[in-house]
Amino acid sequence: MDKLKRFVVDYVTYVVKGSPAFYAWIAFLCLLILGLLYGTYLHAADGLGYTGLTNQVHDGLYLANFVFLVGIAAGAVTIVFPAYVYHHKALHAVAVLGEMLAISAVLMCMLFIVSHMGRPDRLWHMLPIIGIYNIPHSMLAWDTLVLLGYLFLNFVGGFYYLYRKYTGQPLNNKFYLPLIYVSIVWALSIHTVTAFLLNTMPSRPMWHHSMMPIRFISTAFAAGPSMIILIFLIVRSRTKLWIENAAIDQLATIITYCLGLALFLTLSEVVTELYANTEHALGLNYLMFGLHGFTDLVPWFWGSLIASIAAFMILLTPYWRSNYRLLALACILAFCGIWVEKGMGLLVPGFIPTPIGEFTQYLPTTLEIFVTLGNWAVGLLVLTVLLKGAIGIQLGDIGYAPPTQGKVPVGTTGMATAAELT
Amino acid sequence: MSKDMSCNPEGGCACSGKKAEAAPVESVSSRRNFLKSASMLSVNSLLGTAALMTMSDDARANTEWAEWFQGNYRLMSDEEKALARGRLERRYSREYAKTVIVDGTPAQEGVLMGYALNIKKCIGCRRCAKACVEENNQSRGKDQDMEWIRVLKMEKGEFSKEKMNQGYPEGLGIQVGGNAYSPAGVVLEGEHYYQADAVPEKDSVYMPIACMQCEKPPCVKVCPVRTTYREADGPVVIDYNWCIGCRMCMSACPYWARRFNWSDPNLPKEAMNPVTHYLGNRPRMKGVVEKCTFCIQRTRKGRYPACVEVCPVGARKFGNLLDPESEVSRIIARKHVFRLKAEQNTFPKFFYFMD
Repeated sequence: MDKLKRFVVDYVTYVVKGSPAFYAWIAFLCLLILGLLYGTYLHAADGLGYTGLTNQVHDGLYLANFVFLVGIAAGAVTIVFPAYVYHHKALHAVAVLGEMLAISAVLMCMLFIVSHMGRPDRLWHMLPIIGIYNIPHSMLAWDTLVLLGYLFLNFVGGFYYLYRKYTGQPLNNKFYLPLIYVSIVWALSIHTVTAFLLNTMPSRPMWHHSMMPIRFISTAFAAGPSMIILIFLIVRSRTKLWIENAAIDQLATIITYCLGLALFLTLSEVVTELYANTEHALGLNYLMFGLHGFTDLVPWFWGSLIASIAAFMILLTPYWRSNYRLLALACILAFCGIWVEKGMGLLVPGFIPTPIGEFTQYLPTTLEIFVTLGNWAVGLLVLTVLLKGAIGIQLGDIGYAPPTQGKVPVGTTGMATAAELT
Repeated sequence: MSKDMSCNPEGGCACSGKKAEAAPVESVSSRRNFLKSASMLSVNSLLGTAALMTMSDDARANTEWAEWFQGNYRLMSDEEKALARGRLERRYSREYAKTVIVDGTPAQEGVLMGYALNIKKCIGCRRCAKACVEENNQSRGKDQDMEWIRVLKMEKGEFSKEKMNQGYPEGLGIQVGGNAYSPAGVVLEGEHYYQADAVPEKDSVYMPIACMQCEKPPCVKVCPVRTTYREADGPVVIDYNWCIGCRMCMSACPYWARRFNWSDPNLPKEAMNPVTHYLGNRPRMKGVVEKCTFCIQRTRKGRYPACVEVCPVGARKFGNLLDPESEVSRIIARKHVFRLKAEQNTFPKFFYFMD
């Protein structure tokens, strides 16, 4: 118990100390969080009237970011899977960073759901026993279950690993490994269920196809590791923790496969829908070419497609891929391309036209954008802190020493921003 | 697509993406009013909380507090239901400065409510939509105008000689005829912001839609908290006090029948209908979903829904599907009826027919 207390104290003391650059980054995030607080206050006081949402397009930026971030959370498994199933040494050494990313991504998912809800004050209605938890019928209930489960698995797995590392005790593999294997399968489940959330509604023909779960997973396993590579490159340059090229190269390979698959699935959808061009393809027509003079989403679609193809080309060419500057560019392109594809490119045209054929465009308001940035800022703040702590423990900057030996040395020098993501 | 649903000068909102269904774009001044009311609201709620904390008998705060803690209406005991309705009656009576009744008449034994609409008779006057708003206490006005009934206007269709060469391949039209892409006849999609000097308009047919009260409602299945459910006598209802505002039901509805309260509904005191039902037309709050309930507050008392009563051409018929002598049963037995989007397997209890 004493050890645990010391762990908490040391961990907290370590993560709150940093260089001026670290504090500047935290301050920047806090500034964005102020916007979130203001937006949340307005939503709570006055409802969602400040958003660009309508009865026609009633899910927008918040739900789109939720869907995307579930993918990022699931994408963390691209570190854990090769590390523990294929015993990839370089990834094994940093697997805990993937778990930290998963925790922050799931937290962001929850924040976005709260922003999306009309009555977040009534969230307790979903609790079993005191409320009604409509399982097995409601996909949203399933999604809540798998997301909370995933958060739990990663929290327990990640912090168990860190705690053991901190105290210098070996891992109890009988406890730890099953946790890891369950979390690998669980990662697939969260994004599959999120796809089911949308594609089980025949009222929205654009979503109603069986390809959506696999497409969600393939895009998630491209966007997730893209973000991880970017984090790794920052960690390598800004902290003392050296992440081996082998780890980054392995992730780049995974992105290449998954992005290729995602592009192939996009092509399949376009051909399937546009060949017959029934009424069910109106949403896709609107997205790709615009309809009846409404063209808001057209540049987003083509921009996203071009970004994804460019990323794929860079990743496919070994000469370019091994240049880490170009690789970083590819990761940024893939990340942004998929964010658009899953956000504005998937969610919004699902509502256009409405089931009675009405075309209404959706444009997020400034407040909506601020709330979105704020939710991301909370997630990045949590991610920064979690990564800083994890890296500190990995490096041995914090470790347990018996109380008789006096104060534990806390090394903060050189620890700049653990994860400066922009 | 039966018609290009581009910008409509009056409706405005067809394309602008605003909350209102029939009102023009929200202006800057209304936004300011919004902010003002927001701050007033928050002051109110702060005062309410303060009153609670000091154990004062600020009735408004106490009722809202109790409302927040109440369970799901469907699962309440009869006493709890009566208590919940009493609380609401007191709050509404105070807020709207009149005696408000919140009825709780349960589903009637041996009744399955059904509806039939004669699309041949409908003249597109939209008196039904208006009567519905007045009966069911929907939000109205500039910021949030809400209608449960929408009347779709559709083209009768025309085929022209001029278009004959516009097919594919050009001039031959062996793959696509030149008169393709021209809508004709009754399809679900239609213009519902039409402005007409007189109805019925030439070359137009009208089809009103609202909640179809499906026997197998997809909205009920997706609700994570079972706040929306099918009552034994047929209508799909919502416990507005239990809704968490996730809007899954709105996505799942193939008939676009559900509406969301983006802000506090704008219901003028003098226009408020004080005869309400807990699951029906009682005033709603911000952040919850609402829809047609077959006027449960009327129909459970043996009256017709407001839209049936007001229809000047008798296109709307309502009755008990279990009673073979009811108007609706006789129509189903004798006319050719159809359901909208039958392929969705939602089994609406709202039938369309033609003479």
